Amino acid sequence: MSIDTRSAPRPTAHDPGPVHVQRKLPRFAPLGLYLGGVALGAALSALTGFSVTSTVIYGVIFGTLLVYVASRAVEGRRKSTDRLVTALVTTAFATAMVPLLSLVYTVLDKGLARFDSAFFTNSMFRVVGEGGGAYHAILGTLIITVLAAVISVPIGLMTAIYLVEYGTGRLKKAITFFVDVMTGIPSIVAGLFAFALFTLLFGNDVRLGIMGAVALSVLMIPVVVRSCEEVLKLVPNELREASYALGVPKWRTVVKVVLPTAIAGLGTGITLAVARVVGETAPLLITVGLITGTNLNPFDGRMATLPVFAYYQLTQPGTDTQAFLDRAWTAALLLIILVMALNVVARLISRFFAPKTGR
Amino acid sequence: MTTTSAPPAPPRPKRRPGDRLFAGTARGSGIFILLVLAGVAAFLISEAVPALTAPAEDIPGGQGLADYVGPLVLGTLLGAVLALLVATPLAVGIALYITYYAPRRFAAGMGYVIDLLAAIPSVVYGFWGLAVLAPTLVPFHVWAADNLSFIPFFAGPASTSGRTMLTVGIVLAVMILPIISAIAREVFSQAPALHREAALALGATRWEMIRMAVLPYGKSGVIAGAMLGLGRALGETMAVAIVLSGGAGATVNLISNSNPSTIASNIALRFPEATGLGVNTLIASGLVLFVITLLVNMLARWVVNRRADFSGAN
Repeated sequence: MSIDTRSAPRPTAHDPGPVHVQRKLPRFAPLGLYLGGVALGAALSALTGFSVTSTVIYGVIFGTLLVYVASRAVEGRRKSTDRLVTALVTTAFATAMVPLLSLVYTVLDKGLARFDSAFFTNSMFRVVGEGGGAYHAILGTLIITVLAAVISVPIGLMTAIYLVEYGTGRLKKAITFFVDVMTGIPSIVAGLFAFALFTLLFGNDVRLGIMGAVALSVLMIPVVVRSCEEVLKLVPNELREASYALGVPKWRTVVKVVLPTAIAGLGTGITLAVARVVGETAPLLITVGLITGTNLNPFDGRMATLPVFAYYQLTQPGTDTQAFLDRAWTAALLLIILVMALNVVARLISRFFAPKTGR
Repeated sequence: MTTTSAPPAPPRPKRRPGDRLFAGTARGSGIFILLVLAGVAAFLISEAVPALTAPAEDIPGGQGLADYVGPLVLGTLLGAVLALLVATPLAVGIALYITYYAPRRFAAGMGYVIDLLAAIPSVVYGFWGLAVLAPTLVPFHVWAADNLSFIPFFAGPASTSGRTMLTVGIVLAVMILPIISAIAREVFSQAPALHREAALALGATRWEMIRMAVLPYGKSGVIAGAMLGLGRALGETMAVAIVLSGGAGATVNLISNSNPSTIASNIALRFPEATGLGVNTLIASGLVLFVITLLVNMLARWVVNRRADFSGAN
């Protein structure tokens, strides 16, 4: 890039130079204008029969417009565009909060009805109306998820290590590509795969807990690989080089330097992968099925799992509909609690195991 | 075991057994994944063959496999594309908000909250879509049928239950929102600080800084995120199975009571009771879904690779 330095300083006697007075809106003016817009929206909503939804929608539109127009008049085009984007981006975030809050509120509201000790200690064995619980389904979910993690984590982590530390050439490219492809495998297809595999091995109409674990692993492995790979890539090369320079073998460098540096991210990634498959319903629906009694052996017959239990309680209620719906929502609540607990565990892991960095 | 002494030996790389074992295990895991994927395709094909070769009148519906799968493919694409259109702009906005607009102190917590949205099981989204979102959207359905009926997507008549493709698209959008925004957030926050600070030092406003320094850097990340989101939306099963009142042939009408079902939800609804050739037909439709997601992923992968200079490492 060559810069024409000769033309740059052009002294002009009359022009005092680019003395630019930046006019600004007062500090609280944007917020005030925005609230004014919301009030305007409320007024418009009141004209057409007041409702909270339309107030919010009109208010956001009016507020954003008011701020933009005022800023454009006072501060100019660049600053007003900046304010417009600020408003839009904040609105986007607020919009995403609505379904989350609504969902959590609904599940809490409806799920607490049966959140009692009977729900955790009883199965659905010989229960047709009120009562009963998800004891069998909770244990089934735990067993199948643990099995899936036992299959997936070693394979996924080692593959990530291969991709980042060892992989070269065509094999690395192929694995990266197909792991990406695998990430996109729909959960139901993973279930069909497990079904087809075990049908070929054991004959028709076989339903086993381990089939569900295999199906979940197909979903979990690529998630583990991708998240671990991303995290391992972020480990600075300087750390590896420092280790090599001290004469540490490569595999010990990986185990003692790379993995501890990345442990926070690895913990988060793996736990989120577990959290994702804990709630998977579709593959379990077609591979594990559902029973009303307690079966804790994943190698023998159908098992109950929490998501499938919730699904059938909701969609195939018996004569006492409300009892079934209550159980369904409580199971949904329990699933959310399970997932959140996993998330909290992930945070704790990353907090306690993260290496101290200067940043 | 660490060798602290550094003898002036010739710098030949030494192959230790530990190294060989570790590298072998790592490579073996990678190859195993390739085998699993090949296995998925192989087993699906082997179980789908009976349906592919069966005479048309034996397939459920009696019109042959293409007639059975066609409307399902349409429904699947319709819902997923709708979800992507709604979710992508929102997700980019969320990612920008968390990385560059939110107060520093709350940003991490907000990211965590959005992550929670990703972790909520799909069956719970189905519950919520059925119990809350569908009734809430009924007025919009009525309004759209009254005012927008010249667009084929809103031909009506409006559903009174709200269990329509439109509702499904929005539920799916909420589900894939955190996937896209998590990845967008990741790449936005990795945009080089020097570029950002240089832009600000030159007098750029915050938005100009983002447009010049952050968005070009994060573009491929957003595409990768959208790809993952589309993949999930295409294959999403339970939320669709619970919310949608489907099974009504091929139509692009988003707001009526009769919608095309999607491949995944159709499998989930029919598989537990299916027998004989019905199972094979469903597996064949699953194979179609597999191929569609494969194509989408490969296309998106190609887009990402064209901008291959995106990497946080090295």
